[in-house]
Amino acid sequence: MAINWFKYSSPAAFYPVAGRLIPWFCALAVLLTLLGLYISFFVAPTDATQGEVYRIIFVHVPAAWMSMLIFVLMAGYSALGLALNARLSYMMASALAPTGALFTFICLWTGSFWGRPTWGTWWEWDARMTSELILLFLYIGYIALRAAIDDVRRADRASALLALVGVVNVPIIYFSVKWWNTLHQGASVSLTKAPSMAMTMLWGMLIMALAFWMYAIAVVLMRVRCEILERDAAARERFAPERV
Amino acid sequence: MNWAGAAEFFAMGGRGFYVWSSFGLTALVLIGEVLALRARRRALRRTLAERTSQSGSED
Repeated sequence: MAINWFKYSSPAAFYPVAGRLIPWFCALAVLLTLLGLYISFFVAPTDATQGEVYRIIFVHVPAAWMSMLIFVLMAGYSALGLALNARLSYMMASALAPTGALFTFICLWTGSFWGRPTWGTWWEWDARMTSELILLFLYIGYIALRAAIDDVRRADRASALLALVGVVNVPIIYFSVKWWNTLHQGASVSLTKAPSMAMTMLWGMLIMALAFWMYAIAVVLMRVRCEILERDAAARERFAPERV
Repeated sequence: MNWAGAAEFFAMGGRGFYVWSSFGLTALVLIGEVLALRARRRALRRTLAERTSQSGSED
C-alpha cells in the first residue's frame, strides 16, 4: 500500500488528520493513567528501605524521561525544518516546547519532594539535578527566543539552532550519574542489565511513562493545530490587509 | 492490597505531604495545560469568526 507521506507534510492537510487523532490519544492517556495509578498505589508493594515515599518515582521518572525525549524530538523536528525548510516541522518543534518545559518542571518538583524526606535536602547542586535545571532553562530560552522575534520564519530558524545546540545537554543529563559522583542514584532501568527493582514497580513506571507519552502526543497535536490556524490567519492579514 | 483503610492510604506511612504534593502538582500541571489549550483554541475561533463576518465574503 502506497501512502503519500508528503501529502501530510503540508499544514493544511495535517490539520484535520491531527484533529481525528487527538481523541484517541486522549482516551489512551486517560486509560493508561488510571491503570498506572492503580499499579502505583495498590499493586506495587511498600519499599523495604524507603517506605511509601518512593511512590513519587511513578511520576518523577516518567516525567524525567519525557523531558529528555521531548527535547530530542524538538531538535529532530528543528533539523528537519532547517534541512527541508518544512513549515510543519518548525511548528511541531515549537508545539513540543511548552509540554517539554512542563514535564521538566514536574521532574524537578517531584524530585525535590522525594529528596527532602529521603536525602534530607530539597536541592543539591549535583550533576544530574543541575543539568536537568539547565534543560528547563533551555526550554524557557527556546520559548522566549521565539516570542522575541516577530518574523515567524526567522524565529523558526533561530530557535531551531538553539534546539540543535541545546540537545547536547540531553546525553549529559542521562550519563551524569555515571560520569560524576552524584547524590542522585544511578539508573534503575537499563537496556543492558536486569532492572534493580521489583517487577510491579517497573511496570508501574513503564505504564505511567506510556500514559505521559500519549498525553504529550494529544496535547502537542492540540497546540500544533492552534499554531496552524494562527499562522494561517496572520498570513491572510499580511496579504490582504484591507479586508481585516 | 497495601492499605487497611482510607486514612492509612492518605497518610502514606507518614509521608503523605510529600507524596500528595508530587502527585497533586503533576495533576494540576497536566490538567492546566489541557484547559489552557482549550481556552486558546476557543479564543482563536472567536477571533477568526469575527474577522470573517467583518470582511463580508471570505474565500
